[in-house]
Amino acid sequence: MQPPEKPDIHSESFLHMLMQRQLRLSIACAATFLIALFGLPLLNYFAPELMATRVFGFTLTWLIVGILFFPLVWIISWIFIRRSIALEEAEVDEVTRGNAAAERK
Amino acid sequence: MIPLLANVDPWILTFSAITVIVTVAMGFWSANKSKTASDFFVAGRSVSVGWNSSAISGEYLSAASFMGVAGMVMSSGYDALWYPVCYACGYLFLLLFIAGPLRRFGAYTIPDFAEGRFDSPMFRKIAVIFVLFIGFFYTMPQMKGAGVTLAYIFKDIEWIGGVKGLPYWVGVVLVGAVITLNVALGGMKGITLVQAVQYWIKMFAISLPIFVLMSVYGHYGNHLQANSTKPTSGMISEGDASRSLEKAAELNRQALPAKAPKDETWLNPFGPLTTKAAKAAGLSAEESKPYSLLYTYSLIIALVCGTAGLPHILVRFYTNPDGVAAKRTTMWVMILIGVFYVFPPVFGVMGRNLMPELYNGLTGVKGTDGVVLNLPLILTEKYGTLGAVLSGITCAGAFAAFMSTFSGLLVSMTGALAHDIYGRILRPKSTPEDRMKMFKYCAVICGVGAILLGFFVETFEINKLVGWAFAIAATSYFPLLFLATWWRNITMKGAATGMLAGGTLSLVAIASTMVADQAKWAEGLKVWYAAHPLARTLAEQPAIWGLPLAIVLMIVISKLTRSEVPADIRMKMLVLHAPEKLGLKQEYIQEQQHGH
Repeated sequence: MQPPEKPDIHSESFLHMLMQRQLRLSIACAATFLIALFGLPLLNYFAPELMATRVFGFTLTWLIVGILFFPLVWIISWIFIRRSIALEEAEVDEVTRGNAAAERK
Repeated sequence: MIPLLANVDPWILTFSAITVIVTVAMGFWSANKSKTASDFFVAGRSVSVGWNSSAISGEYLSAASFMGVAGMVMSSGYDALWYPVCYACGYLFLLLFIAGPLRRFGAYTIPDFAEGRFDSPMFRKIAVIFVLFIGFFYTMPQMKGAGVTLAYIFKDIEWIGGVKGLPYWVGVVLVGAVITLNVALGGMKGITLVQAVQYWIKMFAISLPIFVLMSVYGHYGNHLQANSTKPTSGMISEGDASRSLEKAAELNRQALPAKAPKDETWLNPFGPLTTKAAKAAGLSAEESKPYSLLYTYSLIIALVCGTAGLPHILVRFYTNPDGVAAKRTTMWVMILIGVFYVFPPVFGVMGRNLMPELYNGLTGVKGTDGVVLNLPLILTEKYGTLGAVLSGITCAGAFAAFMSTFSGLLVSMTGALAHDIYGRILRPKSTPEDRMKMFKYCAVICGVGAILLGFFVETFEINKLVGWAFAIAATSYFPLLFLATWWRNITMKGAATGMLAGGTLSLVAIASTMVADQAKWAEGLKVWYAAHPLARTLAEQPAIWGLPLAIVLMIVISKLTRSEVPADIRMKMLVLHAPEKLGLKQEYIQEQQHGH
């Protein structure tokens, strides 16, 4: 089953590296998001006075959940998309360069 | 039996009729353009990012988002804000973990993915059943929205014989029939265009009336400020409360009826929505806070992970030309629905101050659920017809909301029937033409089924039904997709056990709380739940235990059945994760051929 001409793509280590890099990026972005999302109820729970501070008439917590949370998510996803596209391009680059080198040999 | 249309508001009728006519006309127009089977099932896989993201957003913003969120913010206050936030943020999870790999795998539908990933035709059958199951669950609230809105528009109609109003079932049949026709004619490609346009109708319909209302009656922040964060009873109020009173006088705030929640429970977190179980147990406000926190977390998990597991949303990712486009589409979807979700809570907040009589209404459009349709009418006393015009616009938005979500669901359910059950299970040798013909028949079957189910849900709450669908998706599909994409050692048996156990146990738990609340024979259960607020909270919001349970079961059973991991698992994982530019998909097929 193993095609001998491209051992680099089909090797265990290549797949491992591929998934690890992508997963690391995804988890980093997810962690940022989850800290913000799960942190809010905790802040509401332990610092109700602070979260009830009035900002432009809103309570602080209402302002964050009702309005500011959306731009935060946009920023996270924008960073993720840019990085993951760059990651894919780097991977393609590595493989094609590896192939070219193999052909020259 | 000639109805006297004179009693119907002409503006509301006009705008709603335009929305319906545009939908039908676009369906017919695009029907001519849908020729091939892939046009029908995945819109030829060539929908551009702009169209596709508008279409996904249009499909996603259902009756629950358009009417239900505003109604819930009005009735429950702060806690209801988690709904719009998590509806929008669930997409981030889809983007981070699922969208790219799923698109690269190149299957037509989720059942295709299930079979391809595990090499198991059996698993396809299980996945199809889940698509249909969640799909029908999600159509019920849409049907209810249709019936209720039509009954609202024609509430003053008079029939010969003195009967007033339009029965609920007429709306269900009418809207169901229109959408079924559209789907049968145009398939996915036709629907994509219609849904994209409907997103913009909804966006316009929710934002324009808000801007007009805010310019007349004061801004979002001011309306919130009119609610005091501190208890008003007892001591003479301090700064915060007195400022609130000033604001309330300035805004001409109406007195709240007795049924409305008090200012501080409404404005502050851990209010009436999340403390129901603790209240039933007779706990004090301070004692009930931990249960409230638990409820909030479980709700967040259900909504965020549920979004990532809804089959009718996932199908849409196959309409992207490639994985990069799938990611870009998700980004745009988050922006489009994020902007939209800022507005419905504003209706809820203004409705509390300006139209508190809705608190006295029953559920449905006469109660808080109807705030989006009713609120613009207060402009009538100052500006005459402007109120009716704006109310007509929000009615048109509501129409667009349940029509677009229903058509999306119908496409994915019809796809499951025609592509998976007919095309793969019953008659694998059928030609693409046969399958296209079958697509049309299946659309009619699903449409009729949804209409019939719609008759039974008149008394259910829209958001509760939607909550069921989300909780089930979060505890069944999401763990399946997540582990199948990122963990190579998962086996078919592990995945199926986890998915079935998570999904059904959550369903049973939710159903048990509803039975306890409503059925007379379950009096004992009600008493038991009242004595055990923790159990009640966990049963009402099962995602916090259902999701880990499903994941643990998947891992444990997969380890036990380790020998059944597909032999070419490395190749499958490579196809899921390697950039498409490497052209692995084609290589995979060639390799298979050489192997035989």
